[in-house]
Formats: sequence, structure tokens, C-alpha cells
Amino acid sequence: MGSERQEPVVELEHVRIQFGKRTILDNVNMTVNEGEFIAILGPNGAGKSTLLKVLLGLIKPSVGKVRVLGRPPRRGNSDIGYAPQHRILEADLALRARDVVGFGLDGHRWGTGLPNQKRRATIDTILQEVDATTFSEAPVGQLSGGEQQRLLIAQALLSNPRLLLLDEPLANLDIIHEQEIVALVNNICRARNVAVMLVSHDINPLLPVVDRVLYMANGQSTIGTTDAVITSAALSKLYGSPVEVVQALGRLFVVGAET
Amino acid sequence: MFSIFQYQFIQNAFMAGTCVAIVAAIMGYFVILRGLTFAGHALPNIGFAGAAGAVLLGFDPVIGLLAFTIIAAIAIGVLGKALRERDIAVGIIMTFALGLGILFLSLYSGYAERVYSILFGQIVGISLENVLFTTLSSFLTLVILLLVFRPLLFSSFDPEVAEARGVPVNLLGLVFLVLVAITVSIAVQIVGALLFFTLLIGPAATTIRIVQRPIWAILLASILGICYTWLGIFFAANGTWPVSFYIATISFGVYLPIRLLSPLWIGQHARKSMPSRQDTFLPHMQSLEQEQNNSTEATGRKSELTR
Repeated sequence: MGSERQEPVVELEHVRIQFGKRTILDNVNMTVNEGEFIAILGPNGAGKSTLLKVLLGLIKPSVGKVRVLGRPPRRGNSDIGYAPQHRILEADLALRARDVVGFGLDGHRWGTGLPNQKRRATIDTILQEVDATTFSEAPVGQLSGGEQQRLLIAQALLSNPRLLLLDEPLANLDIIHEQEIVALVNNICRARNVAVMLVSHDINPLLPVVDRVLYMANGQSTIGTTDAVITSAALSKLYGSPVEVVQALGRLFVVGAET
Repeated sequence: MFSIFQYQFIQNAFMAGTCVAIVAAIMGYFVILRGLTFAGHALPNIGFAGAAGAVLLGFDPVIGLLAFTIIAAIAIGVLGKALRERDIAVGIIMTFALGLGILFLSLYSGYAERVYSILFGQIVGISLENVLFTTLSSFLTLVILLLVFRPLLFSSFDPEVAEARGVPVNLLGLVFLVLVAITVSIAVQIVGALLFFTLLIGPAATTIRIVQRPIWAILLASILGICYTWLGIFFAANGTWPVSFYIATISFGVYLPIRLLSPLWIGQHARKSMPSRQDTFLPHMQSLEQEQNNSTEATGRKSELTR
């Protein structure tokens, strides 16, 4: 039992992903361990979301070995919680916050389902965990971006996953809400010992909490601690062109890479 | 005034109308949720072309209806995944079908009464046999809809996550469109294209402005649909104007004020969460108050001691 728990959550060996003739990612090698907080960074189109879809079994790599909890990726894996890239939900959408969260519990089951106490209690507990109880009955379209993001995270947590994949949860949030979501995800990661892979366009809000960073650019990728990866030397090698990492006001800026 | 109920054809109209109203309302909820309103409008019109073709070739119109709407539903499902793209596909397919329909009608030398009734309906002129067939098929459609209820709702709201959770999103979308097509084919002969579209969109559009919970939404939509239909038939049977006019007008008359006034209570929901959000700060304030109380208590005790 003890040795089983040591098995990595995600293993990638020499993975290449191609769309037609275009190679999105090549030679990705990485291991993610239980309870690790990984930030996935890189310019637009670097394949960050694509990598998450590979782990979900929605895209097959053309070369290489992928293992999620020791098994090949497959759809409907309840060990993975997934919140895709956030879009502002339509204002008229006729669902309450708790209905959206409830999809994570039984949205994939057939039939209508009957209201029952246990289901309600489970959803209430998860709403509490993401601090969303105060707006649980409100129509989702009326909620702010940060509030909607909490619901999507709650939905992803309902199957008690061991791997949480969050695609750009910080997009379109102001700095206060950004910090709130980062703190929330960090708490979940530590309290549940669930591995988190979070796609972001900016490392700064994540600097205090992440264990390692996966940086993707130019079809290549590198993984390591922030200090090892977000450096002028490492990123210049990755991009294949001169890149400068500048530290100012306690924040990191990558200059010369992203246009 | 209520003596109309003793006529068999009025009873038939009420029975068949009720069945169509329920199925159309529940289906309409998903049609709106999935952004398929335009497809819901197009399918009955496409069915009209199919019916015209069937009449020209000497078949039962229902065969043409089913063939055209199901093929169109599959084409719409396959061609258009994104909303914009889908509406374009719907527009192209519908105009092509209507063109065919006009050709078929011009080639047909007889008086195509059955075809025209598909556009405008003939709910007060249907047989008991029609009623039984409509009831049975509505019941079957309802069973299938309830069977796929949760995954359909999930994939309507968030196809990406639903797919990752193992829901066959594309297949469900296609099944739903085909189900709409079959319902159109059966209902359109009873109520006509205009009325079917009214019963599909009207009740559901009004409902989602009033309730947010999916189960309540489909229940309320069904009730509204039944009310519109009953009132429409009742007025039409007592007057001289057509049923479709009454039902469409009632539907619009209910929707309009609710659409205009709904910001009052939909906004209210969001505002309700604001004070309760502040509640989360209350324990903190209470603890501050308690601290103050404690300190005053303590100073009180101190003064007692000093005394």
C-alpha cells in the first residue's frame, strides 16, 4: 500500500503531439508526483491546453508514453478533475450555481436523477470548501468571473480526483481575485494532497505557491523549480533566441520572448 | 360557451394539443440552452418541403417529413459545431429545402391542402387515430428525453468537461437533433409549423426568466405550454379566428412583460448574495465586539479589584 502511494500521478516519456503535419510538442519528458503544484507556462499556442487534453485522453500523442496514475489516459477518468479555459457564462443561462457544481457529481449519468439529501449535502460541503455557499442559489450568469471560477473548481473536485487540471483559471481576473483563486487552489492542493497542473500566462501570482514550473515554447519544454527554469539562460535555450528574465518590484518579467 | 367540449373534434384537439405542448416545451428548454433556436425554426419548414415532395410522389406526407427533417438534422449536427457556423449551415439548408418545396408544389397539379395544413396546422380537424398516434409518439419522445436528461444538460452547458468525463457529447447532440426532427414530423401535421415553433420556444423562453432550477424550468414550461394550448383552442372554438393566432399571441403576451420585468428579480438574486457575502465578515466583527466586551468586562473587574 505504502509503495503504491509513491507512484507518480503523471508520467510522460518522449511524447510528441502532432496535428496533421504540424508538430505542437516534441520530446516532452516529465513526472508529476502526488500533491505537487505545477504551473504550466508559455506563449499562446505553445500547446499548454493540448497537454491537458492528452492527459484527459481527448488527444492521442503520435509518439511516446503517457501514464496517468500508472495507466494510459482514458476519457471519463474520475481520478482527474478538469476545469477548461474559462469563458464568461451567458447572463441568461438558466442554471443555478449549485446545478453547475452538481454536474461534477452525476452529470454524466443517465436519467434525471432524484433529489436526495446525501447529494445536497455533498454539494454543500464542496461549496463550502471553495467558499461559494453565499451564492449557491444564484443564476450562474449573474456571478463574477472569480465566483464562476470557484464553481468550476468545485465541480472538478466532486469526483475526489488525485489530479486537478486547471486551464487558465486566472484569465480575466483582477489582481485581488487572482490572489484569492491562487490561495484557494493552493489550499486544496495541500489539504487534499491532490496534484495540480495549472495553466497560466503569468508566473507572478503563482510564485509563492508552486513547487515546479513546466515551461513550453517553440515545441520544446522544460520542467524544474522556478529558480531553475525562469532564468535568462534556460529560457533562451528553450526559445532558441535571446530572452532576458528581469526581476523588478518582486516580480519576474520575461523580456524578448512573447510578443 | 363550454358546450364546445362535447364535440369529439374539440376533445381530439385538446388531447393532441396537450401532448405536443408538453413535449415541445421540454424540448424547447434544451433547444434554447443549446442555442438551437434557429434550427428549431428551420426544421418544420424543411419538413414542409419533404411533405410537398411526398405528396407529389404519391406517398404519405409523414414519410417526406421524416426523411427531410432527419437528414437536415444530421447535416446541421455534422456541419455546424460552433453556434455561428451552425446558424449559417441551418440557413443554407433551410433555403435549399424551401426552394425544393416550392418546386414540388408547382409540379403538383392537384390542390395540395395537406401540404398547406403543414404550414398552418389543422388542430381542430384531426381524427382519433391521429390523437392516439400523437400521444404514443409524444410519450416515447419524453421517455428518451428523460433518459438522456443529465448528460444532455451537462453537455449543453459545458461540452468540454462533459466529454472529459466520458459523456458522448457529439453523439448526444446528434441524437437530440434527430429527436427534434421526429417530433417536428409528428407534431407539424397536427399543429402546423408556426404553432409548433411557438410551443417549442415560447414557454421555455418565458420559463428561464422565472426559474433557474432545471427540473422546475421544464415543469413550468410544460404547464405554460398546456395553458397556452387550452386557451388557444378554447378561444378559437368559440370564435372565428384561427388557433395558431391565439396561441402565438398568448405566448407573446406572456413573454413580453416577463422579459421586460425579469431584470428586477434576476438582478435581485445576485444582490441577495451581496449582503450574505458581507455576513462572512460578521463573525469577525462579532469577535471584535466580543473582544471589546471582554476588555470592558476585564476593566470592570479590574475596577472591582481596585475597589
